[in-house]
Amino acid sequence: MKFFTEFGRYLLLLRGMFSRPENGKMYWKEFMHQCSEIGIGSLGIVAIISIFMGAVSTLQTAYQLVSPFIPLSTIAQIVRDTVILEFSPTLVCIVLAGVVGSKIASELGNMRVSEQIDALEIMGINTKSYLVMPKLMAAIIVIPMLVVISAVLGIIGGRLAGTLTGILSPAQFDKGLHQFFKPYNVFFAMAKAYTFAFIISSIPAFYGYNVSGGALEIGRASTKSVVVSCVLVLFADYVLSAVLL
Amino acid sequence: MIEILNIKKGFGEKIVINDVSAVFQTGKCNLIIGTSGSGKTVLMKCLVGLFEPDSGEIIYDGKNFSEMNEDHRKELRQSIGMLFQGSALFDSQTVEQNVMFPLDMFTKKTSAEKLKRVNEVLDRVNLQGANKKFPAEISGGMKKRVGIARAIVLNPKYLFCDEPNSGLDPQTSLLIDKLIKEITLEYNITTIVNTHDMNSVMEIGDHIMYMYQGIKEWEGSNKEIIFSKNKLLNDFIFASEFLRDAKDMRMLEVKGKIDNNRNMDELLK
Repeated sequence: MKFFTEFGRYLLLLRGMFSRPENGKMYWKEFMHQCSEIGIGSLGIVAIISIFMGAVSTLQTAYQLVSPFIPLSTIAQIVRDTVILEFSPTLVCIVLAGVVGSKIASELGNMRVSEQIDALEIMGINTKSYLVMPKLMAAIIVIPMLVVISAVLGIIGGRLAGTLTGILSPAQFDKGLHQFFKPYNVFFAMAKAYTFAFIISSIPAFYGYNVSGGALEIGRASTKSVVVSCVLVLFADYVLSAVLL
Repeated sequence: MIEILNIKKGFGEKIVINDVSAVFQTGKCNLIIGTSGSGKTVLMKCLVGLFEPDSGEIIYDGKNFSEMNEDHRKELRQSIGMLFQGSALFDSQTVEQNVMFPLDMFTKKTSAEKLKRVNEVLDRVNLQGANKKFPAEISGGMKKRVGIARAIVLNPKYLFCDEPNSGLDPQTSLLIDKLIKEITLEYNITTIVNTHDMNSVMEIGDHIMYMYQGIKEWEGSNKEIIFSKNKLLNDFIFASEFLRDAKDMRMLEVKGKIDNNRNMDELLK
């Protein structure tokens, strides 16, 4: 029963976001601020994770492909597809659920507890629209960009690791990278990125916006939002794979 | 003028506001007093629309707030200023940005005009030169004054103050009270203050409403409150023995039976 109540409140929050902005310029300013917070703020961690993710993929794939009949360029193919299909969209979004999600939940939670949201409401501002919508839109625009950057960096990381350890030459890696490439995989990765971006921004916004209590509850809401977002990302990952692949 | 008629509000089984009616006049400081949990804050939140009353009517200068749609409420809210208990300033913005926020959101003024208005209201609350400070860098009293500046920057018709003196020393509290009183008279606005600070009651209470367990128990002015015979009100106001003794002496003084100064000296010994 509690699940349906919470789900209903979540839908009401989403519905409440759609109203005419009181001042489009201020909404745009907030949107750009959120783009910078989410995009630039997460770029460092995304880059580090992606490079190592690609590098480890290369090493582990090479470790498992022991047959002399399989050409070394296959390693690059596997790394490319793994990074594009799974690692960049899913792993990066799970990390972003922690980085971005906890930030959104705690920011909104703190605003709720310190009555800043009430102050905005009394001024006549639709707080769902002004506080949640820009975050959601920014996440939906910026997170797929981060996923693309992550995929590129992951492949570069894999190429670097392959070359530095002598597993395969850069030429062999590049050859494998071009073999049997399916553009549909990129479409699939982007479909996942957009879905996950919506999940990891709207769920924390819901928990943060509805915090009641004090500092302890802000922490709880933040943790809960990350856990729920991660579970939903994994669930959506399975559903999208089953439907689209 | 704000008029409330038979307001009722409950949460689940618990009734927090029970059939409260009152009239809050323009140009006066209207105080809602009562012990913690008496329903003051809930009533104020009903008045500004943060809570929806279960029944009853809230009338702002003849316009029924309870019957307004969201667009009309939004419009009305732009003529409402509110000072929150914790000031509710935006942490990530400077004092200037906090005060400028309503102007940015609701006016089409140029940057220079907005800055001029911000400096005017900051001057009004004696906060010259604090423009670039962040809320974390200023004292509690200053935060309250920034809150007042933000509340009056759009020239509101109605000002709500939720426990404006909480967490402040008595001197700063008096300054905030005087500021609220002056602003009320200067801008001729309807001010409603939630408080349990007796200094505020005596200093600025043009019209006082005492609430007890969600019910309006007493109504009057700061001139009348001290002579009230209402036991619950007296228990609230004269909570300490010292104040009860002081009141008795005041009563006797009024009756001309004792020399107040002499007895006060004796009491203080």
